[in-house]
Amino acid sequence: MSEQASLKQAQPPSCHREIIRLDQVSYAYDSKQVLSGVNFTVQERDFVGLIGSNGAGKTTLLKMIVGLLRPQSGSISLFGTPASQFKDWSLIGYVPQRNHFNPLFPATVREVVQSGLYGRRKLFRRVTKEDVSRTEDALSTLRIQDLADQRIGALSGGQQQRVFLARALINNPKLLILDEPLTGIDTETQTSFFSLIRHMHQHHNITFLMVSHDMEMVRSYLGETPKEKSGKISFYVRHSHDLEDCVETDLLHSLRKEG
Amino acid sequence: MYILTAEFFQKALIGGALIAITAPLMGLFLVLRRLAMIGDTLAHVSIAGVALGFLINVYPVAVGLLFAIVASFGIEMLRRTYKTYAELSIAIIMSGGIALASILFTLGKGFNLNVNSYLFGSIYTLTNTDLAVIGGVTAIVLSIVLIHKKELFLLTFDEDAAAVSGLPIRYFNILISILTALVISAAIKIVGALLVSALLTIPAACSLALSRSFRQAVILVVLIGELAVLAGLWIAGVWNLAPGGTIVLLLIGVLAISMMSKRMFRV
Repeated sequence: MSEQASLKQAQPPSCHREIIRLDQVSYAYDSKQVLSGVNFTVQERDFVGLIGSNGAGKTTLLKMIVGLLRPQSGSISLFGTPASQFKDWSLIGYVPQRNHFNPLFPATVREVVQSGLYGRRKLFRRVTKEDVSRTEDALSTLRIQDLADQRIGALSGGQQQRVFLARALINNPKLLILDEPLTGIDTETQTSFFSLIRHMHQHHNITFLMVSHDMEMVRSYLGETPKEKSGKISFYVRHSHDLEDCVETDLLHSLRKEG
Repeated sequence: MYILTAEFFQKALIGGALIAITAPLMGLFLVLRRLAMIGDTLAHVSIAGVALGFLINVYPVAVGLLFAIVASFGIEMLRRTYKTYAELSIAIIMSGGIALASILFTLGKGFNLNVNSYLFGSIYTLTNTDLAVIGGVTAIVLSIVLIHKKELFLLTFDEDAAAVSGLPIRYFNILISILTALVISAAIKIVGALLVSALLTIPAACSLALSRSFRQAVILVVLIGELAVLAGLWIAGVWNLAPGGTIVLLLIGVLAISMMSKRMFRV
């Protein structure tokens, strides 16, 4: 206990940081203006829902935040660092749209989950025993260990989504970005997936940014009125106050303990 | 059967066995990234380089390699300009390569026969220099792929996730292009520019039909390549057939069997 207390004193609570700041961000494809002058900040432990119809620019905005696109004007910062200089990508977990990979790709669930570790590895480092056991942890936490040797394309939509969540959580990220995670999976699976996400938000020090087009389920958690609107995108936000202290935990391990 | 012990045939076997490791391996990465046509394109541009090599009297494979590398950068550049029409860049570079090759052919009419050996392959005329080049290319490609196999998997499976996790995507894209150019220019003397893309893509197609994991896919693609090249050379040697064509037809046979066994066993 005393050890924990002194640790906390040494490091001021980290759960009030500014995670994302968008400052007058604009983007156009050729002559079509998709986003103009978007301002928004995401605080640590926020759950942000980006809601908007197709073509509203949600995915473009997301791509700029994760560094896949550069804003044509304005600036973005991540964890207080300008996005162009941001290096600590292991702080960010990313769950892509489910249908964006080739279903015939020869890769097992285990291979995909473990690949979450490769980006942060120094280029010439080999896979360690620790990496291997970390992978098994992620598989069992998301309850996909029985599927570990299956080809990912052979899984159902809901199972694939768990695989991508495991891949994102393997680095113990502080920000989890989900791109349309509920599209194309049945209602029952949607409900259980969303309740898992909600549980993480309420009980752990993790910030969410989730893109979706008009989801009742999202609204039921984030409220009826958006905190902000920019063009055709609405930002719904719910901040989690439930966690009293800001002790850093390992998400995979505590999720597993909680069942 | 005496042909099997002849020196030129043994050189052919060594060269074939080496290229059957690297060409299918790079082909697997290209096919999975939906860039299967790049092999064909670089091979055609390479031929223009080979023709220029004969014209200015420089080692043709080296000039071909230089052309292939320049072309692979050209493809990357055009791909970024015409993002939504990525295949356009391949079509432009390919026709550019053929156009240049045809002009260079007619400039130096005397070497038509030699150029033919690069179009259709001439594995029985491999020189020691050719073998050294193929050996060097194999060593470079294999060691880089082994060192970066994890990163290459991540990039091939999910380029967006790879970028978000901080992988230097551009570095790896350029790396893949250069390795492909190396393999193709080393391979054109063996199977010929017109057939080189078969050695890149057909083993990958077989392996995709049969593998469940990426690890399996990598091992299988090399095994299938070796099987087809070594068996093809042997058959071609014994029955006096064109080696490049025999190898490719064998590959297509293996593909047919792979697809049928996939249906039967539901791999």
